[in-house]
Amino acid sequence: MALVLTEEQSMLRDSARGLISDKAPVSHLRQLRDAKDATGFSRELWKTFAEMGFSGLLVPEEFGGSDLGCVEAGVVMEEIGRNLMPSPFLSTSVLAASALSRGGSAAQKSEHLPGIADGSLLASLAIDEGTKHRPLMTRMQVVRSGNGFRLAGDKAFVIDGHTAGLLIVAARTAGAAGERDGLTLFLVDPKAKGIDVERTAMVDSHNAARIKFDNVEVNADSVLGDVDQGGVLLEGVLNIGRGAVASEMVGVAEEVFGRTVNYLRERRQFGKAIGEFQALQHRAAQLYIEIEITRATVLKALQTLDANFEHAAAAVAVAKARAGSTATLAVQEGVQMHGGMGMTDQFDIGFFMKRARVCQEMFGDSNFHADQLARMKGY
Amino acid sequence: MSDLEQFRRETRLWLEANCPPEMRRPMTSEEDTFWGGRNTTFSSEPQRVWFERMRDKGWTVPHWPKEFGGGGLDPEQTKIVRQEMAALGARQPLTSFGISMLGPALLKYGTDAQKKEHLPRIAAGLIRWCQGYSEPNAGSDLASLQTRAESDGDDFIINGQKIWTSYANYADWIFCLVRTDPAAKKHDGISFILFDMASNGVSTKPILLISGRSPFCETFFDDVRVPKANVVGTINRGWDVAKYLLQHERAMISGMGERGVGRPLGQIAADSVGTDEHGRLEDPILRGQIAAFEIDEAALACAAERAVDLAKAGEGHPAFSSAMKYYGTELNKRRYEILMSAGGIDALEWESERSKGGARPRAWLRTKANSIEGGTSEVMLGIVAKRILDLPGA
Repeated sequence: MALVLTEEQSMLRDSARGLISDKAPVSHLRQLRDAKDATGFSRELWKTFAEMGFSGLLVPEEFGGSDLGCVEAGVVMEEIGRNLMPSPFLSTSVLAASALSRGGSAAQKSEHLPGIADGSLLASLAIDEGTKHRPLMTRMQVVRSGNGFRLAGDKAFVIDGHTAGLLIVAARTAGAAGERDGLTLFLVDPKAKGIDVERTAMVDSHNAARIKFDNVEVNADSVLGDVDQGGVLLEGVLNIGRGAVASEMVGVAEEVFGRTVNYLRERRQFGKAIGEFQALQHRAAQLYIEIEITRATVLKALQTLDANFEHAAAAVAVAKARAGSTATLAVQEGVQMHGGMGMTDQFDIGFFMKRARVCQEMFGDSNFHADQLARMKGY
Repeated sequence: MSDLEQFRRETRLWLEANCPPEMRRPMTSEEDTFWGGRNTTFSSEPQRVWFERMRDKGWTVPHWPKEFGGGGLDPEQTKIVRQEMAALGARQPLTSFGISMLGPALLKYGTDAQKKEHLPRIAAGLIRWCQGYSEPNAGSDLASLQTRAESDGDDFIINGQKIWTSYANYADWIFCLVRTDPAAKKHDGISFILFDMASNGVSTKPILLISGRSPFCETFFDDVRVPKANVVGTINRGWDVAKYLLQHERAMISGMGERGVGRPLGQIAADSVGTDEHGRLEDPILRGQIAAFEIDEAALACAAERAVDLAKAGEGHPAFSSAMKYYGTELNKRRYEILMSAGGIDALEWESERSKGGARPRAWLRTKANSIEGGTSEVMLGIVAKRILDLPGA
């Protein structure tokens, strides 16, 4: 498979780019932030996303989706990254849709997937518990209760958790923290008794939630996949999320880079464009090279997820690690090369820096994925 | 099964049947590389067998036309041959500047007669080439070169000196940049010319490097007579040919960063520094450096694959080889810093049999030239800034 977008994928990119840059440029995020908007994204725009078929992109056709792949999801994520568009696309259309279509029973799929495809259902994954992403360290307690289960514990960094109509919760039904066996995924109604959702506005003006589960009762039908065997499903879904976030970071990095290179051409000091100074030229060239190389790894990871899902872990680790470090470099160089202007709130560059920091942390930072790769390679 | 899948299957079967087991092991010494040439010898029987089988199939240059000794394969098929060779761990049967540098330039700029004369001999490993580019006063500023070619009837008379000529002392022919119009602006008076290193007036002198080896020479031309018919491209337009060839040279050098040294770095390090009860390297910082390196190594391989696919789709940038050259060479230097660190005091031995004559430290020192030869890292970044990013005044 050629490591370039197909014609259809390029067309999808063009249509996503047209819509997002038109309806949700960075000023859109700024308005939502300044208005302290309770939702944090535009529900109207989400409706348009659904109408254009984006929200059901990974949903099988029989449930109203378009049954496309991770490369296509990545194409949309990159445009989201370019414009810093806040939307439930990642939480609902990428993660929840993947979890349900990969792990759901026929009944679970037909109950939830059509709502994801038509934009009426928002859903979030509740995984993280500690300060860093360590899915195998999940400790949330589950006790069997009659025909069902009771969940107790706290989840953090639940992306878009404040608006979710469905939570997919990772909890430990057996084994000890650190083990893959013994994890189970549950579908939980956030309105269930014992759930407390605290919206946490984040540094990037996007949304997450801290969710407390105080002996929340769920029935046996709410298990997604098999009891104790959710680790493999979770890891697969997380890998899709990692590929998607890596794509978003490529979008962030490339947009910051484009704006910065323009600034180097326009900004004049000492009687010439600052882009004439070799110190800046070489740094710009290095950043360009990092971005191009990272773009190749991200497309490789997404293609591998589509073509050879069970063997995509290494490619995903490489892509997420590279995307994290590249986006971090891009936003730092972006602020530095914009000088004092880069430090102002009025200028957009800071928004990219904040988003890059959040994306770096999401589903494992560069260090996490370097460690994963070392483990896979046995050293 | 699609045609390409069928081709992949046949390729795999052929390679498995024809590549001797000895030629599937990682190269460990310089003798493992076969360069071809008039005075060549094979270092082993399997090396000869492997080379001859590949030559007869046209796969020393699978992508060249069959009439010039190539395999006549299209880019997709060529990629498959490379992938299947890599999967098997098969060595390159023939390493040659004729293949990696001169060939592409001849295919684009050569006359029919030049192609017919030189390409089949390159493909068959009969002639070993060297590159006469750099001079003592023309390094990064290559276009200021001063080696002169003066017209004398149908010939040029060449006088001057080249430096850093790789393996000039073993080469049969040279592709050389010479100044044919000293009055013109520096880029406009250069010609690209081919001649036999056995010509009267050519002499070479190896340069001892920090590795204790001499892969480069000084090369001297004292009234060397060369037919004008040996100019490739137009007289005084040699810079176009030179730049085109440099793109291929840079792609070749960047490939050094991609190529593993056989065993994975993590395992090499585990053997020398040891592991803890979880099987992790005892030195956690070295472990992190290796993981970060392997991420970038995998990333470079993806970028190389994508560069080929972009070029095929007509979307590649001709200066991207400079980006790859920069990244690949810096990466290769990192690889050897890690290897030296992992090797500890064992990697410091310079002469012992145990250390194969100091193979690792010598290779480590050799890599320091990677970011200098073929255009320094700084020159590469300047090219990216100017030609790709279009920054002002670059």
